[in-house]
Amino acid sequence: MANKIRLATTSLAGCFGCHMSLLDIDERILELAELVEFNRTPITDIKHCGDCDVGLIEGGVCNSENVHVLREFRGNCKILVAVGACAINGGLPAMRNFIPLGECLKEAYIDAIGVENAQIPSDPELPLLLENVHPIHELVKVDYFLPGCPPCADVFWKFLTDLIGGREPSLPYELIHYD
Amino acid sequence: MSKTISIDGRQVEFVDGQTIMEAAAAAGVYIPHLCHHPDFTPHGSCKLCTVKVNGRNCSACTFPAQEGQEVLNETDELREDRRMITQMLFVEGNHFCPSCEKSGNCQLQAVAYYLQMLDDHFPLFFASRELDASHPEVMIDHDRCIFCTLCVRASHLDGKEVFAISGRGINKHLIVNSPSGKLQDSALEAGDRAVDICPTGAILRKGIGYRVPIGKRIFDLKKIDAVSLAEQGGAHGE
Repeated sequence: MANKIRLATTSLAGCFGCHMSLLDIDERILELAELVEFNRTPITDIKHCGDCDVGLIEGGVCNSENVHVLREFRGNCKILVAVGACAINGGLPAMRNFIPLGECLKEAYIDAIGVENAQIPSDPELPLLLENVHPIHELVKVDYFLPGCPPCADVFWKFLTDLIGGREPSLPYELIHYD
Repeated sequence: MSKTISIDGRQVEFVDGQTIMEAAAAAGVYIPHLCHHPDFTPHGSCKLCTVKVNGRNCSACTFPAQEGQEVLNETDELREDRRMITQMLFVEGNHFCPSCEKSGNCQLQAVAYYLQMLDDHFPLFFASRELDASHPEVMIDHDRCIFCTLCVRASHLDGKEVFAISGRGINKHLIVNSPSGKLQDSALEAGDRAVDICPTGAILRKGIGYRVPIGKRIFDLKKIDAVSLAEQGGAHGE
């Protein structure tokens, strides 16, 4: 079908909880599928983001791959949306910002209880960790923010239906939560 | 004849000696605030209650009401200023609501909700701050302190002077009056006013954090302008 809104989603340093919450729109996803065409998203398994109208970003930026993916989304999406606490302020992964990266890796891969063949992973295929975890607005321009951990399904629904309906997206008080 | 000021065009009565905040509160007009509490001396530090008085920005909690003042409170411009002030408070500390047991009962969060703050806008500081869990009944998570000094003022009223603010700028921090600097060695007791006065999750009473589940807490159900002081007292799970 022509003229469908093209939508891409990804999870960077997130837990996929926001994606699970999107799926919590339940049977409304059939209605959504009438209105949007999914591009890159874990739902389609398309690997790269094409030209899109809307990109939803879950999670903050913790490694070099996150940086590339985020920039690909920004380059290809007319509207970029930070979804959930981690995309907005780094969230739980950013708790490591208070501990030097080397100490984090040592604790996880060398000193942790039950570790065998202790070594810090260094396969060249692995993206390098950044010194700190960043909210996405520190790297790219972000057009909209959907707070919550995760934002509930109605937040996604209200935002997307507003946008698709040509209205300025707005959330009523009961849909604004940071937890 | 009673004296009046105008707030957003509405005539509000006041008596000499009242601040704009006090006159507004008496008339049921909400002006966003965090460091203000009617029981304590005004401090004027959070600046959330910034209003425009005869064309100039003033803190409503410290500015005396005077006959004929034209006060602007609910304007788009002030709402924008207050949202930005709240964003600055968020990025200066470490306010990660999903991992805070005060979430839903937190006035900082509630003001942010009220102002429809959806993001932090500024780069986060990720300041490294200590946790003091030494006291058997009360803990301090310095990550969440906004230096409103309500605990300082409340502890003064408790007759104990347990808290003070030390340092300047980014090094500003809450200190505890005890030989070790730890809360357990201070005079603080669980019944003190200073324990429950914190508008954020910086000073927390232990053992009650999740008595009320997330989603059913004060500001989950009501906007802060509709919550009375007495109801806010319930924020501590009592």
